[in-house]
This record gives sequence, structure tokens and C-alpha cells, in this order.
Amino acid sequence: MRKANGPRSAAVFRRWYGEGPLHLLLLAATFALAGYAGVRLLEGDTFGVAVWFVGSALVHDLVLLPVYATADRAVRAVLGPGSGLVNFVRVPAFLSGLLLLMWFPLISRHATHYKPASGLSPDVFLGNWLLITAALFAVSAFWLGVRTLRVRRRAMKGRPSATH
Amino acid sequence: MGDRRHNRAFRFPFRFDGKGRAGPSGDGPSAGRVPAVLERLRTTDRLPSSPGFWRSSVRGVRFTAVLGLVLLVGLTLVFVTGLLSYAAYNPDLAPVNDKTPGKGVLGFYLFAWPTGPHWLYRLTQGLHVTGGIVLVPVLLAKLWSVIPKLFALPPARSVGHALERVSLLLLVGGALFEFITGLLNIQLEYVFPGSFYPLHFYGAWVFFAGFVAHVGLKLPRAVRVLRSGELRGETDELASPAPHTPTISRRGAFAMVGAGSLLLLVTSVGRSFDALRSTALLTPRGVADPGTGPNGFQINKTAASVRITPADTGERWRLTVSGPAGDLAFTREQLLAMDQYSAALPIACVEGWSTANQWWRGVRLRDLAALAGYPDRPPGVFVESVQRSGPFRKAALRDNQVRDPRSLLALEVNGETLSPDHGYPARIIVPAAPGVLNTKWVTRLTFGEL
Repeated sequence: MRKANGPRSAAVFRRWYGEGPLHLLLLAATFALAGYAGVRLLEGDTFGVAVWFVGSALVHDLVLLPVYATADRAVRAVLGPGSGLVNFVRVPAFLSGLLLLMWFPLISRHATHYKPASGLSPDVFLGNWLLITAALFAVSAFWLGVRTLRVRRRAMKGRPSATH
Repeated sequence: MGDRRHNRAFRFPFRFDGKGRAGPSGDGPSAGRVPAVLERLRTTDRLPSSPGFWRSSVRGVRFTAVLGLVLLVGLTLVFVTGLLSYAAYNPDLAPVNDKTPGKGVLGFYLFAWPTGPHWLYRLTQGLHVTGGIVLVPVLLAKLWSVIPKLFALPPARSVGHALERVSLLLLVGGALFEFITGLLNIQLEYVFPGSFYPLHFYGAWVFFAGFVAHVGLKLPRAVRVLRSGELRGETDELASPAPHTPTISRRGAFAMVGAGSLLLLVTSVGRSFDALRSTALLTPRGVADPGTGPNGFQINKTAASVRITPADTGERWRLTVSGPAGDLAFTREQLLAMDQYSAALPIACVEGWSTANQWWRGVRLRDLAALAGYPDRPPGVFVESVQRSGPFRKAALRDNQVRDPRSLLALEVNGETLSPDHGYPARIIVPAAPGVLNTKWVTRLTFGEL
């Protein structure tokens, strides 16, 4: 390419590629590195690793996210959209669900290597998770109670002055 | 002339401008139909391909940018401490230490792992694992915040955009792959397809490739948006065009994510501290110690789990020390009769848990090296356990580790004889080394030949 064609060839590139040349260089470097590591990652159980790699993204995007979004929607529908109660269920449910998701092998006692290797019993985890869940909802209920009381008290205070 | 030829050869079939009208290629002979279908998919609000399908008022470029910056810092920390963990194994010292011998240039940064400060690996690996645990809600929130883009149509606006989306699969698949394999491994749930070390190491590099591209392409905008506090003349493609009445503010959503991270921190940080262990209510190696008394601290693998029998470690047990002086065999009593030294050192596991300093007592490795024929500047040592199967029953230690006066062949801990689970009759303890290099039930030390 001649120098005089610089701006024009840049325009051609952008039209063809849709982005600037830096974009292409960065992605080329990315794919080269990912390829180098990916070949090594896929050595051994190629199919299994590919399924885990792509599958984790697909399961998150097409299963986990829709499931919790739908659950959230159901809670909103049940409590009534304008009730202001949603977060008193949403937050403890999110926290409890997060713990269950992350520690499922231990909570469900599915991690059978744990006890013989560590000498520790995994049986405590289910109980602890249930207790934490109970505590989270209890805090939420307490918070809601305090808020309701405050709103009521404010309304009581407000009434006489309003009749004046 | 040249222009036109390029144009025809590489014209992308579904090129749209920002407003969804068919762009330059829309005037081709069959162009009218396909964009019409796409247009319907983009405007039918019951389908996720329509921006109107997504109704949360929380989504928006600013929300995503804040989460992105937290992940930029957090994931960088987790990646770097992960690389350090690999270096801590001294994989370039001997094949027996290296679970990813085919690493090639990915091991470019390896260095001789130091022996001080003695809590070094406890710190780096605690940060790696606990940091990863704490980042899970941030990662999930970040993925939630950009989910409309997964379904956005057209699937690719240009060749560049198509490539960028492939790089996003590396990023998202890589991040989830790393988090999932890591979380399963620390729960000893070995269901992933292969050995943890190569999967987690090479997976990290694939993730990192996608991470670099994403940071390079998105960081300037994230910084701009957060600095100026608004989008100047840009469209916020993440914000819902028709949001529901908000049920939570953006600040509230951040607080919810932060509460998740805080809860995870509080219920897991105790796995790195004996005094706080009872607060680690849901994490492996949390809640309690396996026993009481001097030998009651955390055990990586019990003697029973790796089939160490009393016969292996009883009367007939000998330690063979070999080197230029030949093969020397010692009974436990003979070892106890040598000069005994003490060192207060922790056990720090690759799984992220660790113990407080334990008070070990035994023979210095450099004294054993002297017996083997290396009175000055001893070389590395190849350590073998009586354990018959399983990884890391053999390990190599570097010369700096042998020379450190705190590196012991320990015979006692906290004033008592080692228990079988902690490596009776003798075990290695080296400052700042990963737990698995502190070989238990040692039966042979070969100095100089790794």
C-alpha cells in the first residue's frame, strides 16, 4: 500500500472490518494466546473440557440467570409490584441462594472425599446453611417490622397536625 | 476501483446502523427480507432479542462500569496470586513438582520461590482463594448487567464485532470455568474432566486472553463514563428503553452485591486463621479443627485416606539419607539424638486454608545435607514418602529451601510427637512453601539429585 493511500485504506479497513486496526491487533493477540493455552487445556479429555468451558457459559446465561430472574419476577407478582416488600424477600433469598450455589457439594454432602481426607465432618454445613438462611430472613423481618412501626408512628404524629 | 472490489468481496450481510435500519448492505437484491425478520425479532418485546424485553431500571452502562472496575482489580489480584502459586511449587526445579510440564512460554515468569517471609504462601494463596470466593457475587452481577447484549440482534454488526463476541466467550467461559473448578476443588469435589492443576492453570490463561481484550476495548469507556458521570452523546445500550417502576435503586443493587461479598468474606476468611475458624461456617476447613491438643490442627490428607499403615511407620521404618557420602539409614531414635532445632511455621494449602504457626521441632535439613556429604552450600533435595500412591508423595526442594535454618525434618509438633495424620515418624516443614511440598511420612532424602 502506498503512503498516499493511508487515510483511504484506513477507511476501507474500517468499512470491511467495522472497527479500527487496533481492535483487530488486540483480538489477534488474544486469540493467539488463547489458542496457545487452549491447545494445552484441551489435551486429555478434549470433549469434556470443551463441554465444561462452553457449557458453564451456556448454563449460566440460559439456565441460572433465567431461573433467578423468573423467581424474582414471581416474588414481585405475588407481593404486588408497588408494595415495597420485594427487597425484604429478594435480598435474603439472594444471599441464601448464593451460599447454596457455591457450597452445594458440601451442603448436599455430595463431596465424599472431604471427610476421609480432612478428618472433618461435612454434616455441619447443611445445618449451618439453614441457620444462616433463617438468620437472614429474621433480620429482614425485623427490619421490615421496624420500618412498619416507624411509618405508623409518623402517620400518628402527622394526623393531629393535619386536622388543625 | 479497488474500493468497490473490496466492498463486494467482504460486504457483511447484516450490517445495521445504530437505529436498526438496514445499512449500506440493505440495498442488495435479497436484503429486504432478512432484515425484516430481524427487525421483528428486535421489536417484539416478548423476545429477549428486543431491548424492550429487559425491564430492570438498574441496568445501564454506569452500573456495569462500576462492577467492571471492581472485577478489573479483583480478578487481576486473583490471576497474579494464582501465577504465584504455580511458582511456589518450583515447577522448573524437577519434573515431580510440575503438574503442567507442557506449559511452554506460559512459565516465562517462574522464579526460585523464597523462604521468607514465612507466611508468604499463606498470604498469597489466602488472597487467591478468599478473593475468588468474595468476587463471585460481583461476577454474577456483572454478567446479569450485560445479559441483554447476549441476545441483541444482529448477532454481529461487522467482522470486528463478530470476533469480539468470540473473545467474550473466552472471557465468560474462562471466568466461569476458573471459578467453578476452583470452588469444586476446595470442596474436594473432583468431578471436573481431568486433573485440577492443568485445567485451572491453562484455563486461567485462556481466561486472561479474553480478559486483556475486554479490558483493552472497554476500560477507556468505563473510565470516561465514571469520570464524567454521564454518557455524553452516547446511547446507553444497556439501559432498558422501557423500564419497570424501580423496585430497587442502583445504589441498592450495589449494596445487595456488596452484602453478598461481605457475607462470603465473613463466612470464609476464618479458614485462614485458627482463632477465627469457627466463623467460617460454610467453607471447607472451616467450623472446627479435626482434633484437640498439640496435633489438633488442620490436616490436608489423613494417614488413613492415603493408606498409611502402622507397619509403614513402625519399628521397621528408617530414614535413608543419600548423597556423595552414600546411603545412610537412621531410626527415629537416632534422629532424635541429633541436634534438635525449632521453627514456628504455618501449614498453608493450595486450597486456600492455612493454620497459625505451629511449633515444629526436629533435625535441620542442612544438617542432614552435611551428613550426606554437603557440609557447605547444600544443593536441593528429593524427598520421598512411604505413601504408595497419590500426587506429591515425592517432591523436590530447592537449595534455598534446604539452606534455610528453619527448614526441618520435623519429629515433633507443639511439644509432642507428630501424630500419624501429621506425618509420624518424620515430615518436612519449609517456610513459605505450599503445604503439599511439606512431605509427610518421609522415608528418603536424596541430596543433589532431583
